[in-house]
Amino acid sequence: MNDKKVIWKRKPLIKNRLLRIGLILLISTYLLSVFLTTEIDWQRILEGIPRGKNFIFAFFPPDFITRSDEILAGIFESLWMTIVATIVGILISIPVSLGAAKNIAPKFVYFLSRGVITLSRSFQEVILAIFFVKLMGFGPFAGMVTLSLSTIGFFAKLLSEDIEDINKSQAEAIKSTGSNWFQWVNYGVQPQVMPRFIGLSLYRLDINFRESAVIGIVGGGGIGSTLNTAFDRYEFETAAAVLIVIISIVMIVEYTSSHLRKLIK
Amino acid sequence: MPIIKQKDYKTWKKFDRKRDLQNWLCWFLGTLIFSFCFGLISSKTIWFYVFDSHNEALDLLGRMFPPETNYFLTLIKPIWDTLNIATIGTTIGTLIAIPLAFLSANNTTPSKKFIRPLALFCIVSSRSINSVIWALLLVAVVGPGVLAGIIAIGLRSIGFCGKLLYEAIEEIDENQIEAIEATGANKAQIMTFGIVPQILPAFTSISIYRWDINIREATVVGLVGAGGIGIELDAQIGDLAWAKVSVILLAIVVAVVFSEWITAKIRKAII
Amino acid sequence: MLKTINLKKVYPNGEEALKGINLEIPNGQVVALIGPSGAGKSTFIRTINRLVEPTSGKVYFANEKNDITSLNKSKLRKIRRQIGMIFQEFALVERLSVMENVLSGRLGYVGFWNSFFRKFPQKDIEEAFRLLQRIGLEHMLDKRADELSGGQRQRVGIARALIQNPMLLLVDEPTASLDPKNSRQIMRLICELCKERDLAAIINIHDVYLAQNFAERIIGLKAGKIVYDGKPSGLSETILTKIYGEEDWSKTVAN
Ligand SMILES: Nc1ncnc2c1ncn2[C@@H]1O[C@H](COP(=O)(O)OP(=O)(O)O)[C@@H](O)[C@H]1O
Ligand SMILES: [Mg+2]
Repeated sequence: MNDKKVIWKRKPLIKNRLLRIGLILLISTYLLSVFLTTEIDWQRILEGIPRGKNFIFAFFPPDFITRSDEILAGIFESLWMTIVATIVGILISIPVSLGAAKNIAPKFVYFLSRGVITLSRSFQEVILAIFFVKLMGFGPFAGMVTLSLSTIGFFAKLLSEDIEDINKSQAEAIKSTGSNWFQWVNYGVQPQVMPRFIGLSLYRLDINFRESAVIGIVGGGGIGSTLNTAFDRYEFETAAAVLIVIISIVMIVEYTSSHLRKLIK
Repeated sequence: MPIIKQKDYKTWKKFDRKRDLQNWLCWFLGTLIFSFCFGLISSKTIWFYVFDSHNEALDLLGRMFPPETNYFLTLIKPIWDTLNIATIGTTIGTLIAIPLAFLSANNTTPSKKFIRPLALFCIVSSRSINSVIWALLLVAVVGPGVLAGIIAIGLRSIGFCGKLLYEAIEEIDENQIEAIEATGANKAQIMTFGIVPQILPAFTSISIYRWDINIREATVVGLVGAGGIGIELDAQIGDLAWAKVSVILLAIVVAVVFSEWITAKIRKAII
Repeated sequence: MLKTINLKKVYPNGEEALKGINLEIPNGQVVALIGPSGAGKSTFIRTINRLVEPTSGKVYFANEKNDITSLNKSKLRKIRRQIGMIFQEFALVERLSVMENVLSGRLGYVGFWNSFFRKFPQKDIEEAFRLLQRIGLEHMLDKRADELSGGQRQRVGIARALIQNPMLLLVDEPTASLDPKNSRQIMRLICELCKERDLAAIINIHDVYLAQNFAERIIGLKAGKIVYDGKPSGLSETILTKIYGEEDWSKTVAN
């Protein structure tokens, strides 16, 4: 025993040796099978390199001028859509998130609300937009409905988690005064989740604006339509301008919302 | 002062006159803006279609049922591709996000004036552009297929993970770093012993979270030709094969619920 | 005034918290409920106003016919507003102001929209002013509850319970989060207010010394059963050992 040197090694991330080796094996088989089953057309990519270079150069210089009317109109349309969809979505989310909080809702309502949330979260905005455009026709209304619906999934899920985390005794105290259910929510629950509510609203506003840029591609109106048109017309300079505008607006929104959030705390 | 003294008694109100007025003004303005925006939208809407949409929806549902179940076999490969786009894309995205996050964080950036704004710009650009738009651009460059999807998802993930990660880095405990600096460690050692252990939990949970989101995103990059189940969806909608579309939608729901279940499991195992 | 008959509570996880409590409390009596943690003290007072649903047994309140356990929801609310409750962790709604917290005690008496717009009747507001003055916090009424110290918070909690104009106070370890000085002040305040208003009270309390000093009657609870019911002076070493287990009680027993 004594002639063995004491050695120290850094503790491995996963303690069980078998599990460690198993995981490594699993990951490598996965990577290998991905590599084997994915058809990558190297020929096309090699061809694509000069083409891609031309394509990228086609974006320069960004052209804000030629289609400035369309860009402005698209942006404003996106803004209206975002504002309306965020408000409508949040208003609907409030009852849904109360229903989806285990500590508030009866079992039946709970499962119903969870179902609504899961359904609305399962489909990416673009898929929803395809269907709403089909049902309601082209234009910002379908886009607005899409954004409202996906707001519900996002907002109600996160808010209901916050409702489930409230301080129970504060809520209990309000119940013990003989308040009815609505008063109980208004006094015992709402004050506790208000900071989160405001934070989430601002965050969702930001997300909805970004999403509005892409549902336009499938006909949901807004700046996405402008972008799509620019691509269709091979006006890549205009497309570049649109992208730059989107980036700057997102930056502005993000900056203001983080400031607002700090103020509210 | 919310206590209001009258001649012979005093009373209490939550807000004084001025705040009350401000509140009403805010609500009024809010309603005004909302109605204005809604008015503009409605002026571009053909209401006939909207009011008729429930008929259209019923019609569509009728065509979707019963789903063409044996079509599912054709879907296995696209679903596999979708999972790969999400997984490989997330991996690439997070790997690139790590150095970018260190360059962006206030306390680790080598140069606040020059490199930090540049890194932040990369992060914001990646975040502001949706995966689908990235896919649209990439399909034009590398051609349609899974590769474009992987890169698109990766590019979009850089910004998301980068932002959350650099915020986590900025919140690390400086005392621990100091303690390690005090032992005479060099920069790389400070990194491995002081910073990495502190942000590792945040890093794992961010990447898992993004993977969950990316499963959803990967279902749509195919709509613009970037691989995965979206290609099938686009094709079947184009063919008006609604009984097949419903199978695809079902598959997507299952994939999303499955990914949510897995992420919940992993999160529990890690914490 | 309050009478429980064979009151039992079994939690869904099988925990038998109350194993048949029979108790009668006359008007205006201040009772201290002592016992080790986990004895079922909190469960007991919560089964009285059904914040915790009792598994079986009866709770008669105000008269022999009024069985709380058989009331429907709206009648239960009416009973709840006649029973004030004070909590260990104060349980003030932290993001509401002191005044709103106090007025929330009147929720059972005002309609939803009035309470939503914080429009309480003038006489409630006057009563709130009076109570705040009585507990010495009139100057704080605009502060948010999370800006107060522990002792101040508990005072607001007391005002919230009293503005209900209750017939019975249920008090769950009012001093467990306070320092010794504040503990005694709060206990004194509660007992004085009960005297002034001829209020009955059940006070759960850890501290045997405080219980002996302030209550007229002591009930010892152990593992969901009453093991002592009598005068504070009757608490002997053997009885304390029965409630809490073996320990040197000679310094605790008041003489
Ligand atoms: N919500 C609950 N679910 C399950 N068991 C509980 C619950 N609340 C309390 N208990 C159990 O009931 C017993 C009595 O608890 P409690 O009334 O809080 O005691 P005390 O207030 O005297 O400390 C304890 O064993 C406790 O673990
Ligand atoms: Mg207790």
